[in-house]
Order: sequence, then structure tokens, then C-alpha cells
Amino acid sequence: MSGFLKSSIGRKIAMALSALFLMIFLLQHFAINITSVFSESLFNELSHFMGTNPVVQFALQPILIFGVIFHFVMGFVLEIKNKGARNVKYVKNHGAANSSWMSRNMIWSGLVILAFIVLHFIDFWFPEINHKYIEFLPEDPNRYYHEVVEKFHSPIRVGAYVVAFVLLAMHLLHGFSSAFQSVGANNKYTRGLKGFGKAYAILIPLGFIFIALFHHINGH
Amino acid sequence: MNLTLKIWRQKNASDKGKMVDYKINDVSPDMSFLEMLDVLNTELIEKGDDPVAFDHDCREGICGMCSLYINGEAHGPDRGITTCQLHMRKFKDGDTIYIEPFRAKAFPVIKDLVVDRSSFDRVQHAGGFISVNTSGNTQDANAIPINKHDADASFDAATCIGCGACVASCKNSSAMLFVSAKVSQFALLPQGQVEATDRVLNMVKQMDEEGFGNCTNTGACEVECPKGISLENIARMNREFLNASLKG
Repeated sequence: MSGFLKSSIGRKIAMALSALFLMIFLLQHFAINITSVFSESLFNELSHFMGTNPVVQFALQPILIFGVIFHFVMGFVLEIKNKGARNVKYVKNHGAANSSWMSRNMIWSGLVILAFIVLHFIDFWFPEINHKYIEFLPEDPNRYYHEVVEKFHSPIRVGAYVVAFVLLAMHLLHGFSSAFQSVGANNKYTRGLKGFGKAYAILIPLGFIFIALFHHINGH
Repeated sequence: MNLTLKIWRQKNASDKGKMVDYKINDVSPDMSFLEMLDVLNTELIEKGDDPVAFDHDCREGICGMCSLYINGEAHGPDRGITTCQLHMRKFKDGDTIYIEPFRAKAFPVIKDLVVDRSSFDRVQHAGGFISVNTSGNTQDANAIPINKHDADASFDAATCIGCGACVASCKNSSAMLFVSAKVSQFALLPQGQVEATDRVLNMVKQMDEEGFGNCTNTGACEVECPKGISLENIARMNREFLNASLKG
């Protein structure tokens, strides 16, 4: 297995599998968050379940954290190796003639997303861990909705979220179909898959932006 | 037309190299790009200067010998052609044209615009073949039924001329389009099945050892490939590699 992960294609497949896993997670995260727009009680109920269920907390959460770290570390490793594969740069390179900006700048959109995840952890994950496992504060199953609304009071935070999700959309515009190509799925379904990927890449981040703006405007 | 050429000059493999400006006048739009360089070289020789070294052979777009990174693109701005088929009518009077060698660590510069692409040969030697008994009892390939779609796809992959435009165009200097074409041309045929596992594992191993980068699916290689080799071949190679790795 270590030999597989040392090979260029093995790493490419591992990168794609972690990406597919993260895209499924993102969809699940969105499905829960969007309920906060429609129903305070349903959002609280779902959040309480996710926050207290031992399978989610002690099995799925560590897998997710591993998936996130793996995707970022492998992304950096590949970027460094790829940069080293051309020791003298072109004086004139017309990249736009043959490839999309998104595909050529995955490392930059990825870095913005990484910065966002750090902010997101400071905002929600660290206080949550502190609440449950460090200070052992009393559990209120109705606290989640108010915590979200309070966070989105700040226009700076909402602005940062919007920028991050625009970059996430760009990352996904290349990443979605790229992940399928990497695992070897390029066949008669590719066109449909690419269309679905574009819709996913735009609609899911747009949905997250909508949620942030909704609570920001509604909370004032 | 009158042109300014900015050409990479490098005395030898260890020289640092630099871009040098040349003026060339009265270029016919009907000249090929290489003929334009021939005219420039004639002028340089007449002046007692060192002519610009560049690769070329058949000048018919089939040998894969010519290269050049012209105005930021492998084989220049046209599509589906090699540099020898690029004509000066694609440029305008007064244009400045940047001419550089194909850049990759695995394609070291020998002199000026000539690069060493023997890393491709070594990848090919690692598994890009089938073993056939040629003792006189060789079965006629046409006697083996092959469906038309696979035969066509295999032929399409086999049209790769190994010029290296895919590597030169890729931001990661990845050779996956080339290697995948060479894997695919056999993977699609029954004759290629016997050695399929070793082929893909050995060719990918050699590709990695040569120092080519990793494919990130930008698709630049497919656009710049003079033979229109499809990214489907890379997906096929990924599948072949995964299957071969699982088999061990």
C-alpha cells in the first residue's frame, strides 16, 4: 500500500477518493445547515444529534478530520513535487490558451479554503469541544440555533465566509469532475457527470453563502 | 512581414542560457515556422554567428521530432499540428515571437532549442510492447476478432508520436498523456492482455523515476497534443494501474 501511495497515480487516486469523501460530507453539512433557515427546532434537533451521537463523535468525526488533513497534506506534497518537475520556468507561458484558471490554481483556492477551515474551527469546533469535553458545561439541546445566529452578526465574519465559499466553488468547479477522471471514470456518463459537478460546485457554496447572509440580515 | 524573435540560446547542457532578440525581415506568410528559422540561420551563418539549434526531421507532422514552445504554447498557437506544420500566416507583421525549448526536468536542454527526450524512450522500453513469437508460427493479427470501437480507440492512442508537447504544456510537466496513450494502445487489444499488469506498473514506475510531475487534470495536454490524444486514455491508465496494483 505504501508503494501504491508513493506512485504518481496512486497519490492521484488517493487525492480523488479523499475529495469525493469531502464532497459527500459537504452535502451532508449543507443539508443540516439549510434547516436553520426554515426551522429553528429541526436545526437544533439535528445539531444535538450530530453533537452527541457517539458514532458521529467518535467514529465519523475522526475519519473526517483525517480526510481533511490527508487532502491538504497530499495537495501540498503534490504541488511541491510538481513544481520541482520543471526546474527552469518558461519566459512566456500562455496557460489560458489550453486550461481553466481554476484547474491551474487549485493550490491557491485550496489555501483560502484551509484558512477558512481554521477560522471555522475557531468559530464553532473549538468552542464545541471545549463545551462538551473540557469544561463539561451543562447540555442545552436548544443552544445551537442561537450560537449560529450570534456568529453571523459580524459583517467581517460573513464577508470572510462569502469569499471562502466563492473560492470553494472555484475549487469544486475543477475538483468535482477531476476526482472522477482520477479514479478512472471517463466514459459515456462523463458529460452528465461534468454538468452535475458544475451544478454542485455552484449551488452548494451558494447555499452556504445564502445561509450566512440570511442569519446576518435576519439577526439584525 | 517583419518580425522580432526572442529565442532561447544556450551553448550546452551546463550553460545557464538566456533569451536573445533577432530581427527578421521579408518573411513570407507561406513559409512554415521551421523554414523561417532556416532563413534566420542562413543569415546568422553568413554573419559568422552560431545558428540556432532546433529539432526537426520529417517536416510532415508524423515523426514527432520537432518541438518548440512558441508564444507560450507547445507547437505554437494552432491546434492539431506540430511546429513543422505551423505557417507564418498565423502571425502578423510586426509581431514579437517568443521561441523556447520544451521545459521539463526530464527533458534537459542539449543546446538552444534542442532537448533530450530519451526519457520517453526509457518509459517505452519499460513496458510499451507486446511479446510475440516470431519463429514462423506467428498468428495473423487479423484472425483475432476485435470489436470496432476498441480497435479504433487503440488506433487513436497509437497515433501518439511521442513529441512531448503534453509534458511541455502541463503546468506539472506530467507525462501521463504520453504514457497513457502507450498503455492504452495495448490495453484495448487482446494481444496486450498477457502483459497488461506488468506493463502499466513498470511504465508508471519508470515515468515517476524520470522525474515527470503529477497529472492534475488541467487538460492542457489534450488541447496542445498535435494528434488529439484524449484524456480518456489517462482515465484508462488510472483504471489499469489500480487493477494492476490490486493484483500485485
